[in-house]
Amino acid sequence: MSILTINNNNFEKDVLGSEKPVLVDFYADWCGPCKMMSPIVEEIAEECNDTILVGKVNVDENQELAQKYGIMSIPTLILFNNGIPKETIVGLQSKEQIKQKLK
Amino acid sequence: MENYYGFENGITGNELYQKGIKQASNLEIDLLKEEVVKISHLNSNFLVHTTNNQIESKVVIIAIGNQKKHLDIDGLNKFEGRGVSYCAICDGFFYRNKDVVVIGSGTYAISEVNDLLNIANNITILTNGNKPPDFRADNVSIISKPIKLVRGNTKVEEIEFDDNSSIKTDGIFIAQGVAGVTDLSKKLGLIIEKNSIVTNKDMETNIPGIYACGDATGGLLQISKAVYEGTKAGLSAIKYLNNRR
Repeated sequence: MSILTINNNNFEKDVLGSEKPVLVDFYADWCGPCKMMSPIVEEIAEECNDTILVGKVNVDENQELAQKYGIMSIPTLILFNNGIPKETIVGLQSKEQIKQKLK
Repeated sequence: MENYYGFENGITGNELYQKGIKQASNLEIDLLKEEVVKISHLNSNFLVHTTNNQIESKVVIIAIGNQKKHLDIDGLNKFEGRGVSYCAICDGFFYRNKDVVVIGSGTYAISEVNDLLNIANNITILTNGNKPPDFRADNVSIISKPIKLVRGNTKVEEIEFDDNSSIKTDGIFIAQGVAGVTDLSKKLGLIIEKNSIVTNKDMETNIPGIYACGDATGGLLQISKAVYEGTKAGLSAIKYLNNRR
């Protein structure tokens, strides 16, 4: 299951307009904890591909999106369902912790 | 400690610590008495930042104990990730040209201020009743009044002091005391649970080359458990170094 690259241009269609819930990882290349979160998010994408889609937003390149959703700390994961943020997870956490919150 | 094996008359924590340090120096192991303020990645190695030095290393074993640094300020917890941060290097980006405060008064707080100097507009160090640090910079001011509460709607907006005066702010960076388990972990990207570093049975963390042992990993806060974990961490580190050759 591939991870969607989300940006200012495709956010509305691929995240807000998605039929499936979408888990979006707000990250930056210079952020150490984000690098550790990346493989965890990839595993979640693999394991939960029946139920959710997973995408990544580079906050350096998409500051409008980060601002719109009040991102003030990275990594931050937001689960969007029917275009609405349903769950926000701030900071690096284990796969189990994240999956628990997504239930 | 009255019940640690081999010490029939008990021994104080400090005495055992001093004996351990002496034992290590007898083995001609280098010892630096410096405060660690940050650990960062450097290619496939790590850089341990102390007050006066930067030490490059292939492995790091975190055995810093786990001092509880509970900051009892109304409203603080509720804004974590919405204006309250524990890591200037990670979150400073979101406060470009904004006004921020750093809560703390020691070396660690100054290190966090330094990470924000060229990003934030104005930085105010809040010592929360402690002695102000000897630190001067153009865009840094210091307030040493005790803090009463943090206020805001969806994110941090204002801090009120015990004397009912207040200041507006866009962000709060917590850097009280020395850098602890949570502070170092957040900067490095170590997974923590309930303020303890998560390891496997070989004391490996989620980052290859970084190990943790003792109170830093939570569970039983006993010297016997710390000694066992220290041994495991040391053996795992040796194995890791051998495999890297």
